[in-house]
Formats: sequence, structure tokens, C-alpha cells
Amino acid sequence: MTQRPSDTQPQGEGNGSKVNRRGFLKTVAATAGVSCLPILQTDANAFSLDAFLQKHFYEMSKEELERVIERLENEYKKTYNKKEFRVGVDPPLAGVRFAYALNLAKCIGCRRCAKACVKENNQHRGSEERGDQIEYIRVLEMKKGSLDLEKSNHYYDHPVPDKDSYYMPVQCHHCNAAPCTKVCPVEATWQEADGIVVVDYNWCIGCRYCEAACPYWARRFNFSKPRIPDEEVNTNTHYLGNRPREKGVMEKCTFCIQRTRKGLNPACLEICPTGSRKFGNILDPQSEIRYIIENKRVFILKEELGTDPSFYYFFD
Amino acid sequence: MSEHLRSYPRFIADAIKSMLSGSPLYYGWIVLLSLGILGGIWGYSQQMTYGLAVTGMTDQVSWGMYIANFTFLVGVAAAAVMMVIPGYLYHMKSVKGGALIGELVAIGAILMCLLFVIADLGRPDRMWHLLPGIGRFHFPISMLSWDVLVLNGYLLLNLHIPGYSLYQRYLGRPPQSKYYMPFVYISVAWAVSIHTVTAFLYTGLAGRPFWNAAILAPRFIASAFTAGPAFIILVLEIVRAKTRFRVADETISFLRMVVLVCGLVNLFLLGSEVFTEFYADSAHVVSARYLFFGLEGYNTLVPWIWASVIMNVSAILMMLSRKFEKSSLAIQNTPLVMLIVAIWIEKGMGLIIPGFIPTPLGEIFEYLPSLIEVLVCVGIWCFGLLVMTLLIKFATDVETGVIGAQPQENG
Repeated sequence: MTQRPSDTQPQGEGNGSKVNRRGFLKTVAATAGVSCLPILQTDANAFSLDAFLQKHFYEMSKEELERVIERLENEYKKTYNKKEFRVGVDPPLAGVRFAYALNLAKCIGCRRCAKACVKENNQHRGSEERGDQIEYIRVLEMKKGSLDLEKSNHYYDHPVPDKDSYYMPVQCHHCNAAPCTKVCPVEATWQEADGIVVVDYNWCIGCRYCEAACPYWARRFNFSKPRIPDEEVNTNTHYLGNRPREKGVMEKCTFCIQRTRKGLNPACLEICPTGSRKFGNILDPQSEIRYIIENKRVFILKEELGTDPSFYYFFD
Repeated sequence: MSEHLRSYPRFIADAIKSMLSGSPLYYGWIVLLSLGILGGIWGYSQQMTYGLAVTGMTDQVSWGMYIANFTFLVGVAAAAVMMVIPGYLYHMKSVKGGALIGELVAIGAILMCLLFVIADLGRPDRMWHLLPGIGRFHFPISMLSWDVLVLNGYLLLNLHIPGYSLYQRYLGRPPQSKYYMPFVYISVAWAVSIHTVTAFLYTGLAGRPFWNAAILAPRFIASAFTAGPAFIILVLEIVRAKTRFRVADETISFLRMVVLVCGLVNLFLLGSEVFTEFYADSAHVVSARYLFFGLEGYNTLVPWIWASVIMNVSAILMMLSRKFEKSSLAIQNTPLVMLIVAIWIEKGMGLIIPGFIPTPLGEIFEYLPSLIEVLVCVGIWCFGLLVMTLLIKFATDVETGVIGAQPQENG
């Protein structure tokens, strides 16, 4: 924008107050040029035409997708100390609709789920003091006798469980009427046929409208370039899941899409020492998740918002 | 047609020439704005390098000063319509000149809006994903896609209407109404739409009770038609003092009336909102309580919002006073400045930030803009003001006959 004066410099000549104006224009143009340099430099480091022109996940042909995956795997290999990455694209399985149930009577608030999730899903490891660590799971310490989230404690730091509290972990509810996917201006986030709400990290423009729309505070933004120690990076990834993200895009819980589409359980369930977490295919009448939803005292968080989540809380 | 191929480039060349010549004061002003822009470019280059982490925004408060300024400026842009209606539709000739200036102010304001949205994006390099047909434009479901359409449409309308009439003036011909009047009608409805759609961005979010209120859109319009015309009056006063362009007294007094009436409506709507929130005193009030009184010792916005309320009320009282019309120009312009600042606070930071506090999970996490964020905001403001200055300089030169293809016919 400030380049304009330099473009128009010749046309300004031949009019009154010559010296004055020419000197002025020169100064403006020179300073504008100098201050633009940092932008040009940073772009030169990161810019790749293929990445720039990359299409939406569902608009790529099979060949295009293969090329993109190859490029991504090479990029990750370079970034993470020559580790071999696998970026999977396993599609939703027919006849599968995932659901999650969490037993509030059993959860002790140990936060092991939140930590395991960070490792499995290659989240940005922030620093403790800045508090910019990305975690998909927030464990709320709730006062007994109250469901008021505003009275919850997010930063409890004492041995658990506290006898006057109960614990409520919150993560993406994979809503069937998701407010986040509705507001995205470029369809960079959507619900898959098996119920998982995903983000195309290479399509997201980073406007954070979805983050404002989510009533469960389940979405996270990469405010800086995500940092993961080489030795901790998980190389078994999914395109719509835990592959390393970039600066400036949204991310979120994907029910560990890289695991669950292979018939494994999500990492948060696997690590849970109390068995509070249940996951499965709600369309399978024999599944445990189906039994829980049909027989236990089940409730939905913020049911009045009509988001129709795939995530349930229950007591037993 | 071939005639335009020659005269139009000359029109553009003369425009540039006119924009780059002026008094030392004019140069000083341009240099000042350019310095502000340079600061903004430096700030933005930091943001490009290190990401939005250099701003004060977090996952808890994920929109900040950029979106606050954007929201305010949509209102300034929409306000041009307050002169277009009397000027073009009711043929109040005296207001027409003001309408031209209003439209040029709108161009600057819309450009600032677009820049504020771009500054807020994590991946501005992917903006082409918004292009219908080429990208994947989520229309009509996403309100943001509506906003992209109405803002850019409004920009085009406001480039065409004054652009066409200035070009005709430059050629020394009367503008033909068939080439601009249809667009004038469209722009009137369009001006209301840019503000309504922007309000709907927020009211559409059921998970944010502070925003999810039907009163938001009407309040947006009322405050826009208070702060916007107030801003335009100040611009007109400068034009009047510094150029030979005639701004009729009727234009100013008409706009003052608009400011006063809309300011009163805005206060009424604010009162309704405050009453509904605090009298019922339900859980929904918590964001409003944060804004007006603070929560658990967190009260960054409290002095700001009360300053805004006090300026709002006292400005309106000043304008209602019978002595006001007879007082000096400085006193007459004081309440306008107060209203602009008051509405900038209440509709910018006062509307955006409390929407995020507490978070949907009940966490109270405050927001303060970083220095870099402030620099970028100042830079964008300077850019917008520069655009307005250059356009108004040229427009007044054409309108006063300083330049033109056939100066002898311009009289």
C-alpha cells in the first residue's frame, strides 16, 4: 500500500513545489521499501507454490492427494530429525457412528487423559509460564451439588480427588448440529460420516470464527508455529487428525481418528486409570456405548443449545 | 468510447497529481500518516514471522482489537447513507456535496474494515479460499461469507457512485442519472445490510449469551448512525476550513440532528439491554457484569465502559442544550468527538471482549492488546485516513474547478 507513492513518482514531476515534493516522495518510498523487507524475507523462507495452491481435502483427485501426502511426509521428515512419517487417509467405516460417554461418578480428575492426548495428537508444547500449551481436554473441578461451569476450577493444583468436588473433563463433543462447522466461511471444518468433526489444516484460513462459535470451548488455534520435541513426535498420523499442524490454523480433538478408524480406542480412554471413559459405535446394538446410553442416567452438556453432541456424561 | 480511452487515463493522472500537491500542512499530515502506516507494516511483519502469538489474543479471548475496530468501522462506512438519502432521494441539494464526502469517507472506512479482518487472519495467504467458484465459499450458511459479500459490494458501490460523478464533473458534463441512480438506491439498502450482517456474525452464536441477543442488530445500526455522521461532520468541518469546497450549513445541522436522534435511540437501547441483564440477574448476566463491574477482581474493561457511558450521556446532554447552537465551533464539535470515542469503546472492545469472558467453560481470562497489535491498528487507521485524505483532496479539486479536462466550462 505504501508502495504507491514510488509507483507514481514520475507523474508528480513538472508541477509546483518540485523539490519539496520530490524529496518527500523519495523519503516515503525509501522507508516504505525498507519496512517491507521483513515480510518478503519471511515469505521466501516458507513459501511453496504447491502448498499455496493445494486444494480442499475433498476436491483433490486420488493422484493429487498422493502427491500432497508425499510432500507432507517429506516436510515432516525434514522438520523432525529424519523420522519416517505416515500420513493416513483412512475413510469412515460403513455402518459406524462414533459416540463417547464419560462416567462422572468415576473420574478422579488426574488429567492423565489430557496429557496422553497431547502426546498422541502432536499438540504444540508450550511453556508452563506462558500457558500456551495446547490441550484438547479441559478437566473441570466442579463443586459437589452444582453443575455451574462458572464455579468450576480449571487450574486446581492439589492431590485428587478432592472430597468436596467431582471432575468433569470437557473436549470436543462432535456435535451432529455443530455450530463450528456452520460458521466456517470456507468449509475447512466439517462432520465426517462416522460423526467425527475434522479440520483440513491446509484449507483453514485462521479466522477463528469456529472458536467463537463453539459452546464447549473445544477448539484451539496455533498462535505460533507448533513445537514438538523430535523424540516425542508421533509419526503415525492421519491427514484429518494428528499430523503436525502449521502456524495460524485451527485444530481440535478428532476422537483420535488415526486410531479409532483402525478399530483402536482413543488415547484418552486408553490411559484412563478409572475406566470412566467409554467409546464405541453407537449403531452397533451390542456395543457397550449403546448399553450405557440406553440404560444409564445420561445427560448432555448444554442440551438447551440444540447442538446434538456425540458426547454424553453419565452416573452410575 | 474511444474518447474515454484517452480522457480516463488523463483523469487518473490528474487525480494523482492533485493528491500529491498541497500546502505544507497537507504534506505534514501525509507524512504523519505514512509514518503510522510504516509502524503498522513493521508490526504486521512481526505477526507474519511469529504468528498471532505476538498479539494479546488467546484461545480464551480469540478475537481482540482487530475485530473490535472492524466492528466500529463498519458503522462509519454505513453512515454515508445518512446523506445519500436526503441528498439523492429527497433532492436536498445542499446535502449533496456532503454526500460525496460521506461516500469517500465510506471508501476509507471499508478498506480499513477489510484490512482489520485480514490482519486478524492466521493464514492471509489462503484468502483465495473465499473466492466463489475457485475456493470453497460457504454461502449462504456462514454469516462471515455474507459479510465478505456485503463489504466488498459496498466498496464497489462507493467507488462507482462518487467515481462516476467526479469523472463527469472533470469532463465538464452533467452526470446522467441512469448511470448512477440505480446504484444509489442499491447502496442505501446495502449500507443497512453491511451493519446488520456484521451484527448477525455475533448474534448468530448461541454459545455466547452476551452476543446472542436480538437487540444487538438494532443497537449496531443506532450507534453506527451516531458515530458515523459525527465523524463525517468533523471531516466536513476540515474540508470547509481548508478548501474552497462549499459545505452548506444545512448539511452540518442536518447531520447534527441525525447524530442527536440516533444517539438518543442508542442510549435507550443500551438502557433496555442493561435493564434486562441486571434486573433479572440470571446466570446470563455474567459477561455484562464483567464489563460494567468486573468479576472476581478482574476488571480491565470497567473504567473504559464507564468512561464510554459518561461521554455518551454528557455529549447528548450538551447537544440537547439550547445554548449549543450558538456556541463556538470548538464547543459544537466536542460532543461529536466524545460520541465517536464512546461508541468506539462500547462497540469495539466493550462488545467483543466480554463475549469471551467468561469462556463457555466458565473460565475468566482477561485480554490486553499487545504493543504490536496496537501498532498494526494505528497503521490501519492511518492507511484509512490517508485514503480519505487523498480522495477528498482530489474530489474537492474537481468540484471547485481547480482541475478538469475543460476548465473553462467548469466555472
